[in-house]
Amino acid sequence: MSEAYLQLKHLSVGYQKHAVISGIDLDIKKGEVIALIGPNGAGKSTILKTLSRALPIIEGNIVLDGKNLTDYQNRELSMKMAVILTDRIKVELMTCRDIVATGRYPYTGRLGILSEEDNARVDEAIAAVHAEEIALKDFNAISDGQRQRILLARAVCQDPEIILLDEPTSFLDVKHKLELLSILTNMARKKNITVITSLHEIDLAEKVADRIVTVKGQEVFGYGEPSEVFSEEGIRRLYDIDNGFFDPLFGNIELQKPEGDTPQVFVLAGGSSGIPVFRDLQRKNIPFATGILYPNENDYQVARLFATEVITEKAYCTITAEALERAKQVMAACPYIIDAGAQTGEMNAAVEELRKLAQESGKLTTAEALSPIRTKK
Amino acid sequence: MSNESYSVQLKRETLKRRSRFVLVFAILAIAFCVIVILNINTGNVHISVPKILRIIFLREGDSTELNIIWKIRLPRIIMSAVLGGALSLSGFLLQTFFENPIAGPFMLGISSGAKMVVALVMIYFMQIFASVSSYALIAAAFVGALMSIGFVLLFSRRIRNMATLLVAGIMIGYICSAITDFVVTFAADSDIVNLHNWSKGSFSGMNWNNVQVACIVIGITFVLTFLMAKPISAWQMGESYARSMGLNIKAFCAGLIILASLLAATVTAFAGPISFVGIAVPFLIKRSLNSSQPLVVIPATFLGGAVFCMVSDLIARVAFAPTELNISTVTSIFGAPVVIFMMLRRKRGN
Repeated sequence: MSEAYLQLKHLSVGYQKHAVISGIDLDIKKGEVIALIGPNGAGKSTILKTLSRALPIIEGNIVLDGKNLTDYQNRELSMKMAVILTDRIKVELMTCRDIVATGRYPYTGRLGILSEEDNARVDEAIAAVHAEEIALKDFNAISDGQRQRILLARAVCQDPEIILLDEPTSFLDVKHKLELLSILTNMARKKNITVITSLHEIDLAEKVADRIVTVKGQEVFGYGEPSEVFSEEGIRRLYDIDNGFFDPLFGNIELQKPEGDTPQVFVLAGGSSGIPVFRDLQRKNIPFATGILYPNENDYQVARLFATEVITEKAYCTITAEALERAKQVMAACPYIIDAGAQTGEMNAAVEELRKLAQESGKLTTAEALSPIRTKK
Repeated sequence: MSNESYSVQLKRETLKRRSRFVLVFAILAIAFCVIVILNINTGNVHISVPKILRIIFLREGDSTELNIIWKIRLPRIIMSAVLGGALSLSGFLLQTFFENPIAGPFMLGISSGAKMVVALVMIYFMQIFASVSSYALIAAAFVGALMSIGFVLLFSRRIRNMATLLVAGIMIGYICSAITDFVVTFAADSDIVNLHNWSKGSFSGMNWNNVQVACIVIGITFVLTFLMAKPISAWQMGESYARSMGLNIKAFCAGLIILASLLAATVTAFAGPISFVGIAVPFLIKRSLNSSQPLVVIPATFLGGAVFCMVSDLIARVAFAPTELNISTVTSIFGAPVVIFMMLRRKRGN
């Protein structure tokens, strides 16, 4: 294993000598993308502020590139580390390019005049975040998403080895979130920049980060690759979720499954056809059963969270008589049947049989037609 | 393709910006020259321009006229220019520091604090030594300025709010003025002969000794401020970003406060409190430059403040001659509307 670029050794962070989180031990390699996740107020920002020296270390030690963080000169550190903060920037009469150019601060001379090279780096950074169109506009006249891109360009032209970001995606819509994070991670990989970012969205964290640090209460809750950290149970414990699910496969948070163990509806699903129906039924709090699904189908991943029973068959196998029999039984017991419109072929020809039965039974309906079941609580 | 159009655009914008800077400085320089000539030329005793030039450059001519020019008008003009520049620069520094466009030496009670200590020192020294050196007055004003700003900082640190900052400043200003008035009321008439005029703000009665001291103190302060242009530009991004750029926050803040106080104190020591210059001039300058880049704003603000105060002083002298107006009367009439305009713009979210 290669030498760690950034080491947090038994670190305690907090405000005014009062530790918010203690005993943090992390080894972060150069070029890794790390996401800090955890509930609001858990101390993600406190960790980032301590790493950027905005807050003093309460206890323990931070070693950056083989040298204690506290031993760095201001300028020396600013050539290694750039930040993107949640602070709102109140500037006047500055273009976006002017903002980006402030990233060159550690490299300019006594009066801060940009050299040819500085200017080239600024324009390079602007191009890297695809911000040419807004670069010459006033910084106050652009949208939040554009602002974050400009700040990213600013961080990049500071030429750092590590970038710290505090909630860079808050206030952004989905499109801009993805755009920002993909630019960020591409850049990190290309230039071998270490990125440490706090994120609200666990689904994004899972997609973007090499490693995840989960923070909660007094401690760092978990540290590892997304697949290790994002177990269903882990997320539930992290966020104290007791009224929903986290789906580790898709990184989605799902709501609670409908109450009751007796299915009211049988959904003939398959592929991805069942998902909208499942969600509809979940919203209406109607317990349902479904089949016949293969575990590698999208429908299955959602159904297993919501359905009282999922009738399955082994992947890539023809549906057995056994499964068909069970499906017939369950379907017969349900007062309603919904045909989600599963496609059929040789393997799941049995579904066609079920469909015929359903049509004959006269119990066919749609999710829209069913009225919600009120909670008993 | 879009890259090419960007570089073309960038070139055009850079050129536009540069020519704008040049234009603003050129206008200011021309205005400066015009107002200097106008100022020397205007007064109760009319002296023609050729005569003035001969008096200034050859030091020859009628002895009364020579005295009027050399002993009265020239020191006064130079002082109004230098002090006006200093006051505007002080305003710019305070606005940058507090991230508040209507912060200024007068608004924040710094001028009043300086005035109070100067008044106390004047009365005290007059009783013992019968005279006070210019440096002692500046020192006194500086102490008063630091006291006021210390209080303002204390308040604003606790309550991080733009309005609180101004209220704290205005209240401190009132308290200092009250104490000054109190002291003046009970002082012997002989001690406050000069005090009365001065405490209302005026450029009258300047001598060459004053000019020399003011130029030295303000000259050095100006150079130091100019050298701080780079850290100031970092600070404009906000404290957290400034720190991440490697700025030593504590040293920077201390330096900025000391420079701003010293500028305001020097002005107050010589000319008394002058209102609105510190707010109006930086605002107008930044708008005309269309930039807040300290490297250009600092010299332009100084030049602009000089022009503004020379014009104001001319009006104060001439408008109701032979009666002279207080300089603040004139600066308020021109400065206050600018501030109101500024606030209306902000309200509209501009």
